Amino acid sequence: MSGSAPKIQAFVRHDTLPSVAPPVSETGAVKWLRENLFSSVGNSIMTLLAAYCLYALISAIVPWVFNGVWRADSIRDCREVLDGAVGGCFAVIAERWPQLVFGNYPSEHYGRAVIAFLMLFVALAPILFIELPRKMLWFTGLFPFIAYWLIWGGTLWLPILALVGVVAGFAAFRALETKSFFGALIAGLVVTLAFWLFLAGPLSTGLSSVVPLTLERVESREIGGFMINFILGTSCIALSLPLGIALALGRQSNLPIIKMICVMFIEFIRGVPLITLLFVASVMLAYFLPPGTNFDLILRVIIMITLFASAYMAEAIRGGLAALPKGQYEAGDSLGLDYWQSMRLIILPQALKIAIPSIVNIAISLFKDTTLVSIISMFDMLGMIKGPILSSTDWFGVYWELYVFAALLFFVFTFGISKYSQYLERKLATDHR
Amino acid sequence: MSTMSDPTQPVFRLSMLVNDTRYRGITFQIIAFFAIVFLFGWMAWNATQNLAALGQNISYGFLGEGAGYDINQKLIPYASTDTHLRAAFVGILNTLLVAFLGCITATIIGVTVGVLRLSNNWLVAKLMSGYVEIFRNVPVLIWILIIFSVMSNALPAPSAFRGENATASMVMDAFAFTNRGVYIPRPVWEPGSWMVVTVFFLSIVGIFALRRYAVKLLFDTGREIPVLKLSLAIFFVPTLLVYFLTGMPISLAYPSLQGFNFQGGIQIFGSLIGLWFALALYTGAFIAENVRGGIMSVSKGQTEAAAALGMRPGRIMRLVILPQALRVIIPPLISQYLNLTKNSSLAAAVGYMDITGTLGGITLNQTGRSFEAILLLMLFYLIISLSIAGVMNIYNNAIKLKER
Repeated sequence: MSGSAPKIQAFVRHDTLPSVAPPVSETGAVKWLRENLFSSVGNSIMTLLAAYCLYALISAIVPWVFNGVWRADSIRDCREVLDGAVGGCFAVIAERWPQLVFGNYPSEHYGRAVIAFLMLFVALAPILFIELPRKMLWFTGLFPFIAYWLIWGGTLWLPILALVGVVAGFAAFRALETKSFFGALIAGLVVTLAFWLFLAGPLSTGLSSVVPLTLERVESREIGGFMINFILGTSCIALSLPLGIALALGRQSNLPIIKMICVMFIEFIRGVPLITLLFVASVMLAYFLPPGTNFDLILRVIIMITLFASAYMAEAIRGGLAALPKGQYEAGDSLGLDYWQSMRLIILPQALKIAIPSIVNIAISLFKDTTLVSIISMFDMLGMIKGPILSSTDWFGVYWELYVFAALLFFVFTFGISKYSQYLERKLATDHR
Repeated sequence: MSTMSDPTQPVFRLSMLVNDTRYRGITFQIIAFFAIVFLFGWMAWNATQNLAALGQNISYGFLGEGAGYDINQKLIPYASTDTHLRAAFVGILNTLLVAFLGCITATIIGVTVGVLRLSNNWLVAKLMSGYVEIFRNVPVLIWILIIFSVMSNALPAPSAFRGENATASMVMDAFAFTNRGVYIPRPVWEPGSWMVVTVFFLSIVGIFALRRYAVKLLFDTGREIPVLKLSLAIFFVPTLLVYFLTGMPISLAYPSLQGFNFQGGIQIFGSLIGLWFALALYTGAFIAENVRGGIMSVSKGQTEAAAALGMRPGRIMRLVILPQALRVIIPPLISQYLNLTKNSSLAAAVGYMDITGTLGGITLNQTGRSFEAILLLMLFYLIISLSIAGVMNIYNNAIKLKER
C-alpha cells in the first residue's frame, strides 16, 4: 500500500533568497523627495510655492550679479556698458572701496590700520580658542595700547604710560588682594586713574621731547567707514563686559542701596533707545563736564555705547546668575569663602557659561547698532554711503550695490560671531553627556 | 553661686566698619551712596556753570512757541503755525502708529516663519531659516534704507499713471503705488455712520457671548451648536442690514490723478512704509526664533500623550502645544515689541517725522534747547518702556506655574 502512494515531496528551501533591491520609491533620492518635499498634497503645494519663490529670487539676483560692471568711472559709464541689460554697477565699490572701509583716513597710513586689524585677530585668538598657549594673553593685554598708537598715531609714550598706569594699578591690587578683594580692586582703579589724570600727560610730553618715537597724528574726524564700526564694536564689547558683570552682581546683591542704584541705571538705559544716548554724546555730554573740557567725539560715543551695552550685558549675566541652583551659593558659603571668593571661584564661571548665548547675542546687536552713529553725522560705513558717495555726481543713484555690500560685510562678521558662539556652547557643555 | 560673669560686651572699634561682616555692607553702601550723590552733584554743578557761561537757562517755554515747520505724515491736523508742543504730539502719534503697525506685521511674519521653520518640508524650512539668518545678521538701519530706496526709486512717479499709454496703472483702481508714497481709498463718514459702527462692535461682542454660551452648553448638556456658521452670520448680517437701512452712510473716496499728484485718498509716505516693513521684517526674524524655541520647548511626550488620547493634529496644536508654548513665547515677544518701538526712533534716517524727528530733530535744532528736548525725548520712551514692562510683569505673574 505504502509503495503505491504518490510521493509528496515536502518543499523545503535550503538556501535563502537573494534580497531584492527596495522599490525605487523607497530608496535614495526618490524616497528623500517623497518624505521631505511631497509627503502630502498640502506639502507638495508648499514645496512648489517655495520653489517658485526661490526661482524668482535667483532669477532676479543671478543676472544682476554676473552682469555686474566692475570697471567704470560713473553711473553713466555703467549704464552705457550695460546698455539696458540687467546688471549691478559694482564699479562704485571698486572705486570707493578705500572710502567705504577707511573713511577719510590718510591713504599713506592705510597700512597702519591694516596691521592693527590683523593684530586684533592675534590678540583675540587666545581668548576665543582655549587650546592656544596662554602666554599669548600677554599680547592681548598689550594690544589696545598698540592699536591706539597705530590708528591715531602721535607719540608712543602716551600708550606706554597708560600701560604703566595699568601696571601700577595692578601692582596695588596684588599688594592689597590678601586683605580685601574689593578694597584692592578699588585701590587698583584709583591708582590707575590718578596715574592717567595727573602723571601720564606731563610725563609723555617730557619723554617725547627727549626721545620722540612718534607716528604721524591722525585726527578722529578723519577715521571713518567700516573701520569706525569695527573700532566701536570691539572696544565697546570689551569694555561693557566687566561693567555688565559688576552691574549684574550689584543687582543680585543683598545690599539695598547698591541694588537700587544698579536697578535704576539698568532700567533707565534699557528704557531709552540708543539713538537718544548718542544725542547725549554728541550734544549734551559737554554740559556735564567742567567748563573747557572738550574730548574726542569717538571717545564720547564709546562711553555712551559702552554704558548702553553694559545694561543689556548685566541683564544677560543676571539671567545666568539666577539660573544657578541655590546650592552653589550655599556651597560657597559653607566652604567659608567670602563673597568675592565664592563669586570668582564658584558662581561667575558657571553663570557666565550659562549666559554665553545671550552675551553673544548682545555683542552681535551691539556691533550692528554701531551703524546708528551715522545719524549723529559720523561718517561710519552707512554715513559714508549716504553722505559723500550717494551725493557725488558720479554715483548718484547707485543704491542697491552699496547697501547690499554693506549688508554683506556686516553679515560676514555677525554670522561668524554666532557660529563661534555655537561652537563654544558645544565645547563648554559639561552636562547631558 | 555661679562664678560666670556676663559675657563681655564686644567693644565697638572703628576698624570693625570695614572688617566686620555685620557692618561692612552698611559702610560700603553709605560710601557708594555718597559717591553717587557727589557724582550727580558735580555734574549738575558743571551743567549750571556751563549754561550760565552760555547765557542759557532751563526752560520749557519753547514748547509754546510756533514751530514753523511742516510735517507730511500726520494723524491729527497740524500746520506750520502750530506750536512745538503740537508738533511733538504729532511726532508721538507717528511713533505709536509705526510701532503699532510694525508690531502687528512682525507678529504675523514671525509666527508664520517660526512655524514653517519647524515644518517637515525641507525646502520651506531651509528657505525660512535663510530669511531668519539674513535679517537677523544685518543692521536694521540698512534694511530701513534699502526698503526706503526701493519705495522712492524703484516705484513709478505719479506722472507715469497719466495719459493714453500710461506705463503704470492703479491696482484694482483703488491703490496707487508711486514714488511719492502709496495712495489708498479713504473712508468717508456721513451722518448715521455711527449706528453702523455701533452695531458692528455690538455684533463682535455678540460673537464672544455666543462662543461662551456654546462651551457652556457643550459642558452642561453635551449638545454642540455650529459656532462658526452662527459667528459668521452675526458678524455680517446685522451690520450690513443697518448699513443698507440707514442708506449707505459710509463710502470710500478713491484716489485719482489730478494735476501732478493723486488726490482724494490717504497718502502713506514712502518713509513710513520703509520704516514699517523694515522694522517688521527685522523684528519678525527675531520673533520667528522665539516662536520656534517656544514650540520646541514643549516636550515631545505632550504631543504623543495627546495623540494617544485620540486628538486630531489641529486640536493637539491648539489645546496642548500652544498653551504651553505661549508661556515661553510671550515674554520675549513683548520685549521684541519694546525693541521695535525703540528702533522706530531710527525714523530720522529716512525723514519720517516721529518724536525723534520732531522734538529731537527739527525742534531741537531750531530752538537750540538740546537739554530740554533730549530729556523729554528720553522721558517719553522711558514711560512707554516702563508701562510695557509693567504689563509684562503682571502677565508673567498671572501665568506663572502654580505649584506647591
